[in-house]
Parts: sequence; structure tokens; C-alpha cells
Amino acid sequence: MKNDLVLRVIGKLLIPFILLFALYVQFHGDFGPGGGFQAGVIIAAGIIFYALIHGVATTRRIVPDCLVETMLASGVLIYAGVGLAGLLFGGNYLDYFVLDPNPVLGQHRGIFWVEVGVATTVSGVMLKIYYMFASRSGSED
Amino acid sequence: MSLAQHLPALQVVLPLISAPLAVLLRRGGLAFAMVTAAAWAAFAIAIALWLQVDSSGSISYHIGNWEPPWGIEYRIDRLNSFMLVLVSGMAAVVLPYSRASIEREIPRESHYLFYAMMGLCMTGLLGITITGDAFNLFVFLEISSLSTYVLIALGRDRRALTASYQYLIMGSIGATFIVIAIGFLYLMTGTLNLADMATKLSTIKGTRPVLVALAFFTVGVSLKAAIFPLHQWLPNAYTYAPSAVTAFIGATATKVSLYALIRFYFTIFGDSLVFEQLPLPEIMLMLSLFALFVANFIAIFQSNLKRLFAYSSIGQIGYITLGLSFDSVHGLAASIMHLFNHGIAKGAIFLLTGGIVATLTTRQGIPTAPTFERLAGLSKQMPLTCFGIVIGGLSLIGVPGTAGFISKWYLILAAIEKDQWWLAGAIVISSLLALAYVWRFVEVAYFRSPPVGQNAHGEASISLLIPAWLLIAGTIWFGFDTSFTVGSALNAAQQLMSNSR
Repeated sequence: MKNDLVLRVIGKLLIPFILLFALYVQFHGDFGPGGGFQAGVIIAAGIIFYALIHGVATTRRIVPDCLVETMLASGVLIYAGVGLAGLLFGGNYLDYFVLDPNPVLGQHRGIFWVEVGVATTVSGVMLKIYYMFASRSGSED
Repeated sequence: MSLAQHLPALQVVLPLISAPLAVLLRRGGLAFAMVTAAAWAAFAIAIALWLQVDSSGSISYHIGNWEPPWGIEYRIDRLNSFMLVLVSGMAAVVLPYSRASIEREIPRESHYLFYAMMGLCMTGLLGITITGDAFNLFVFLEISSLSTYVLIALGRDRRALTASYQYLIMGSIGATFIVIAIGFLYLMTGTLNLADMATKLSTIKGTRPVLVALAFFTVGVSLKAAIFPLHQWLPNAYTYAPSAVTAFIGATATKVSLYALIRFYFTIFGDSLVFEQLPLPEIMLMLSLFALFVANFIAIFQSNLKRLFAYSSIGQIGYITLGLSFDSVHGLAASIMHLFNHGIAKGAIFLLTGGIVATLTTRQGIPTAPTFERLAGLSKQMPLTCFGIVIGGLSLIGVPGTAGFISKWYLILAAIEKDQWWLAGAIVISSLLALAYVWRFVEVAYFRSPPVGQNAHGEASISLLIPAWLLIAGTIWFGFDTSFTVGSALNAAQQLMSNSR
């Protein structure tokens, strides 16, 4: 659908805002509906939108498979790392209270990084699933 | 900060971290080193926890420093410290083995994914065992199940996909039933912490939602644990999965589900509800007897060695549920012992069978199924492998001097305690069925001449033999020195029975 002018222009206009909206959902998750999972899905949706217009091959050059795989692994590591940080600061596993001298701020800091991890993994997994379904040889990666 | 007090969390977290690291490293060798190191660390932690529980009683760990019953609690008592040793020990033995084994069974480029999945599977199984929170248990159940589906589907044989799909459907139904049961329990008690749930349930036992929860939980776990007649997914899954996977899940996955069953029956519902007010012991007894006779009988007529031992697993699970149905300390202890004793014997057998598959398979070829025609006269070429399978088989039969004898001895003791001599007889007769299928292997491997035109291939490689023989040695060791198995199981059974009265 590369040659469709309307799609290309609308895509160019919308995709930055989709990604921006994802960041809003990500960081506003503490106060309103949203959080890492939703933000990750929206990021992936923006990229999948691009792939629908420009094709999977082009998208794979911009967001390569190895990046996607790194994302889905490093998100889990960030989450688990927050847990281990709790241990290093003298608390229990996943203890956010100790992450800051002020325990309430510590809770904020902990959940912030956990949500970063969730968003990273979720968008990675969404893209990986999309790539696997979209590419012709389904089982290859 | 003392590391020792965080061992309960690290028990699960180290394997969990090893999985994404394996994906990041992308190289089969590095991923292997990562996950194997995690498995060994987990084994060391499990032993440390077992020692700690043995000397100073139950351990409670509060995740995120939230007090139970609000936060997630990891609670280690005698029963699950024993199970943790089994699960992490099997992982520590199977992972070094898997390196050489998957070489010919899984395409090289997805080796790192195999290790990542093994890491996750280990995480899930250890998590189910260690957690004291009902919903956390469900989450870990899903982690272990999903990774198991992938591991089974990695088998080279195309039927591995259908086997995995079949397991996926049955396993999802089971998991759904379990979460429905947990939902009902949450509805009635307003808590997810297992210990808290138990105290709150004591006043509303026998109300309908609790009975519904009990029913859903029993059926759900029976699916996951392949309790007869809900075992249909098991033979195909075990037959077509890669050998290392068969050995690992055969020795741990169904056992951990059975652990969850024991945990819920005795800690949460209490055995007065499960075993005295409901006809569950009778049902369980009948189903166990069917498993003993039907599954063992079917096993005799299998032509594929892996499939034969898969059916034998269903029969052996029957012994475990039979022990539960007695509702006595000795019966329960026999079940807990058999979880362990059967786990190591079956693990060893599947590892050795995997050695046969790896040796018969040509490089990068489709794995050769270990059918009986191909096994003819195998003892001349692979004496150590065949002898190992025979010893493992003796443990399945329950010959004195092997671990299997110990658990059957306590099972018979429990039957005689209840004055049910005919059951003791049934246990002995069902062992004869096990003798029949083990004899089939002996007859083919030792007394038949090899098929003409078969290439000489020699013994399985040493890296495949050492882990398998470690487990075989364990089978013999725990047949003589029973202080660890019998001691832990009796202590665990006493603790469970005294809590639930």
C-alpha cells in the first residue's frame, strides 16, 4: 500500500502522535488509566501501522528482529532488576520502600521502572508475534 | 544485607533472570552456561533451604516487604522444601545433559530459545512449589505450562506439534478450572494467602461455593497431573518431546501438580472435609486402581520405548494418588516419597532413552524413534545404557534395593494399617505388570540378535551417560539410605496431618 498517497500522509501524521500518546499512557499510569502494558501495546500498534503501509520488510529494517528480541528479554530483566535493587538496598525482593529515603517516593521509583520493563517487553512481544505471523515462513525467526 | 535470608526469593529469581539473559546472549553455548549455572545455584539454594527448615522450622518470606496476608508470601515448610530439592536437582542434572542431547534434536539456531524455555519452566515449577499465595501459584503454573508447551513443540517429529497442541488445550482447561477454584475461594474468604485462607475456611467448610471450588480444583489439577482418566495428553507429549524435555517434565511437572493437590487438600480444605465428609477417598482409590492396572497394561503393548515409559508414568502416578486416598500419615508419606523416588527413576530412564535416540540418529537427521525393532540386541552395543534402564525399571517395579521399593513398602504398610489386605495384594500384582513391560525391554535388548544391516554405533557419548547414571546411582542410594527421603516425607506428612485436623 506504499503508493497510496492518503495512507502515507496520514501515517506520517499519526505515527508520531501514536508514539507520543503511548508515552503519555506510560507515564500517566500512576494517576489515571494506563501503565506499561497498555503503553507497550500502543507503541507496537504504531509500528504495526507503519508496517501495514510500508510493508514488513521495510519495517524490519527500521525495527530489526534482534532489537525486538532484545526488547522482550531486557524488559523482564529491568523488572527483575528492580526486585534485585530492593535486595541491594537492604530490603526484601521487590521492596520499593527502600529505593528512596522517603518510602513513598521509593514506591514511585520502583513502580516507574517496573512499568518501563513491562512496556519494553510487551511492545517487543507484540512486534515479535506480528513479525512471525506476517513473514511467510512462519517458524523462522 | 545477609544473602541467606533472601534465599527463598533467589530460589525463583535466579532461574527467572537466566531465561531473558539466555535470549540476550543469543549464542547456544553462552545461553547453556547461563541457565545451567542458574539451575546449579537453584539446587544449592534448595539444599540450603531444606537444611534450614529441617533445623529451625518453616520459613516465611514477604515479597516486597508487604505483610501477609496482603502481600505475597513465600512459605517453605517440610513438604515444599523436599519438593524444591527434587525439582532443582532434576534441572541441575538434565541441563548438562541437554547440551549434547539437543544437538541432534533441535535446530542449532533455536538452541538459545530452548535454554530460555528451560529456565522459565524451572522458574514456574519452583515458583508453584515455594509460593504461599493462591494467585501467585496460578501465575507460576501458567509460566511453567506455557514454557512446557513450547519445549514439547520443539521436538523434530512433526507429531510433536499436535502433541503440544493437545497438551495446550487440556492444560488450558486445567488452568482455567484452577483459577475458577481460586476465584471461588477468594469470594468466600477475601484472601489469597494460603495460610490465611485455611483459617478463614475453617468456619465455612461444606458451604456450596467451597465444595464447588474443591471440585474445580481437583479436576483442574488432575488434568495437569495426568491423573487417570485425564491423562490423554501425556503419552504423545512425552513421546514426541525432545529427550531432555521428556526427562525434565516427566520427573517434575506432574509431580509439582500433585504437590499442589496435596497442598490444597491438606493445608487449605483440610482432610476432614476432603476425606471424611465427601466420598473422595473412594473415588480416588478406584481411579488409582484403574491407573495401576489399565495404564500399566497398556504400557506392555507399546512398540516405542518412550511411549511405554510414558504409560508407565500414568501408572506410577496411580501409586501416588493411592497413597493420598488412605488419608493416613503413612499413606501420605508414601505418596510424597514416591514423588521423589519415581521422579529420579523415571528421569534416569528418559535420559538413557534419550541417549539411545541420540546415538541412533544420524547427524542433523530426524530423530529415530526408539522402537523395539531398532532396540534388538542393543545390549551388545550399548551395555551401560541398557543396564541403566534395567536398574531404573527395577525401581519402577519396586525391587528391594531400589528407591521404588521403599515407597511401595510404605504404601503396603498404609494399606495393612487400614486392614485392606486386598489392596496390598493389588499393589503387588500391579508391580508384576511393571515387571512385564520392563522384561519386554530386557528380552529385546539382551536376547534378540541385532537387525541385519544396522550400522555399529557403540555406546552413547559420555556426556549423556554421566547425568543419567548419576540418577541411577541415586535410585540405588535412596533404596538403601532412606534417611533423606523417608525422613523428609514422614516429617512432611506429620506436619500436614497435624495442621489439617
